[in-house]
Amino acid sequence: MDAIREATDQEMEEDASVVVFGLDVDDPKAIQGTTRGLAEKYGPERVFGTPLSEEAMTGAAIGMALAGLRPIHIHIRMDFLMLAMNQLVNVAAKSRYMYGGQVHVPMVVRCMIGKSWGQGAQHSQGLHSFFMHVPGLKVVAPTNPYDAKGCLIQAIRDDDPVIYVEHRILHFQKGIVPEELYRIPPGKARVLEEGGDVTLVGISYMLLECLRARRYLETMDVHAEVIDPIWLSPLDIGTIVKSVKKTGRLCVVDNGWTTCGASAEIVTRVIERLQGQREVVVHRMGYAPATCPPTPSLEDLYYPNARTIASAVYDLVKGGRNRWLPEECEELQEMEFRGPF
Amino acid sequence: MSKDIYERFYRSLYRIRRVEEEIARIYPSDKIKSPVHLSIGQEAVSVGVCEALRPDDVVFGTYRSHAYYLAKGGDLKKMLAELYGKATGCAKGKGGSMHLVDAAHGVMGASAVVGTTIPNAVGYAYALKLQRKDTIVVSFFGDGATDEGVFYESLNFAALKQLPIIFICENNFYAIHTHLLRRHRDVNLCERVRPYGIPAERIDNNDILKINERMKGVVDLLRAKQGGPFFIECLTYRWKEHVGPDDDFHLGYRSYEEARPWVEGDQVGRLAALIAPKDRERLETQVEEEVRAAIAYAEDEPFPEARELLTDVTGE
Repeated sequence: MDAIREATDQEMEEDASVVVFGLDVDDPKAIQGTTRGLAEKYGPERVFGTPLSEEAMTGAAIGMALAGLRPIHIHIRMDFLMLAMNQLVNVAAKSRYMYGGQVHVPMVVRCMIGKSWGQGAQHSQGLHSFFMHVPGLKVVAPTNPYDAKGCLIQAIRDDDPVIYVEHRILHFQKGIVPEELYRIPPGKARVLEEGGDVTLVGISYMLLECLRARRYLETMDVHAEVIDPIWLSPLDIGTIVKSVKKTGRLCVVDNGWTTCGASAEIVTRVIERLQGQREVVVHRMGYAPATCPPTPSLEDLYYPNARTIASAVYDLVKGGRNRWLPEECEELQEMEFRGPF
Repeated sequence: MSKDIYERFYRSLYRIRRVEEEIARIYPSDKIKSPVHLSIGQEAVSVGVCEALRPDDVVFGTYRSHAYYLAKGGDLKKMLAELYGKATGCAKGKGGSMHLVDAAHGVMGASAVVGTTIPNAVGYAYALKLQRKDTIVVSFFGDGATDEGVFYESLNFAALKQLPIIFICENNFYAIHTHLLRRHRDVNLCERVRPYGIPAERIDNNDILKINERMKGVVDLLRAKQGGPFFIECLTYRWKEHVGPDDDFHLGYRSYEEARPWVEGDQVGRLAALIAPKDRERLETQVEEEVRAAIAYAEDEPFPEARELLTDVTGE
């Protein structure tokens, strides 16, 4: 969360056209600290809390962008974006195209996915695939502090609307973050761990579970290559294809539902590229096809986790159903992944 | 009012009317590849409002976009080329009639989804205030937009931040075919807007001179940073069908009797009568020539090339 705050602060200092707003951005909690001190430093015209008017404020962000500002509109839950879909899908995504390139809409929509502690039906959704579906929007879901800063700087400077997907749990990730300004360019995935047996792609928070799963799999002498797509749109399918060409196996774990989701997209594009050249087996994991239940006993079943991912990947590699589920390892629960990259 | 002003107003009114009539004439030929929502009967609102603005002021509007686009100074040739789907259209053939744009002349675009550009106009006004400019924004929308929640959200934020914006509600009574009386229990729009802290007034007879006079008063206040936003409801009437080139009185949702007073109070004819016949003839000849040339331009220009399909989806 400090990486996000620092990126915002530095960009606001660099560029007077950057403005930050959303419900509660200037309140004492300051969006989990990601906007702390900004209102005091840059004043209430550039940093302000808004009425609970998601559609109008999203529309206003678009208007500001048309007038030359670079707005950052913050939502403490991604679920709230459903109130703003008309503006995001019908205006932000389309303005550059339907106005023949006369205008562009440089805006950032920061939104957070919640998990656990009973977040339940409307505080837990990962709806990034909705936005991946629409041409004209860019979608990014950084998973570590280094990328959080670099992707936010890129998103702010980008001349197109960017949906910047955060995960509440990833806010607590620690890692080395350079002080200088740097960008993580759109459309470039990163291979975090190399391995020859299977390609494991994790989206948002699920990347962390994939890294843990890799450690479980190592105990069974299965070596997973773990890839963080970082940008979901534009998507760097080339890096994933290259890995699958090597491993012949692909498991995509999404922080969202699988049907028509990011995992479906990634698997399809890989198959389109490799069919006829390379035998490939695939598997997808994501939220259970249900509404998120708040009770822990059901919520635990709702989300993939390192152990269930490891188990499924083991089957993918060995073939058939092996009924292997690793014993829980406390040490891995504490695992954080560290930069610099 | 001076003779010059009458001539300016008449020229703009007559030009819009003739463009719309020509579109209606050409439309059955299927050369225009775009659903057209004609402004015939409603020109006075666009002209009365836009004649009170400076070239650098900005307007946002609706899919019934032709009148305010032209009244604000949008390029006529590029507009017609856009309707024909041509590469030199104002949006390179990628917007169509419902998304006319001319950023250089302060026409910032329109939406096919009712109410959608209202918050965009509000955000633009926020930016202008932050940038310490004295430019102002006009948001055009119909009575249908006052059914939408985003209208009220937008009023609230504009009032909260005291933004330099004028909301112009072109109340033609109908959202497609459904009368305001069938959509609201209380149809007094001004009374609905005032509690947000926004001065609101209604001009009930489509009178271009009155619309313009009230607009000038409000614009002066905004330029002097005295107040804002403002809301003006302009009652007006759509003569043609909701979409398309024809009349629709046969459908039965409205009668010609209802339209008659508006047709009899036509502002194009009213202004024509205020101008000397010789001057009027000169103006009309100029406009006819311009419209003819613009149609010829739209007919002759090429369609966009295949590579344009994927151009301008994003910036990179």
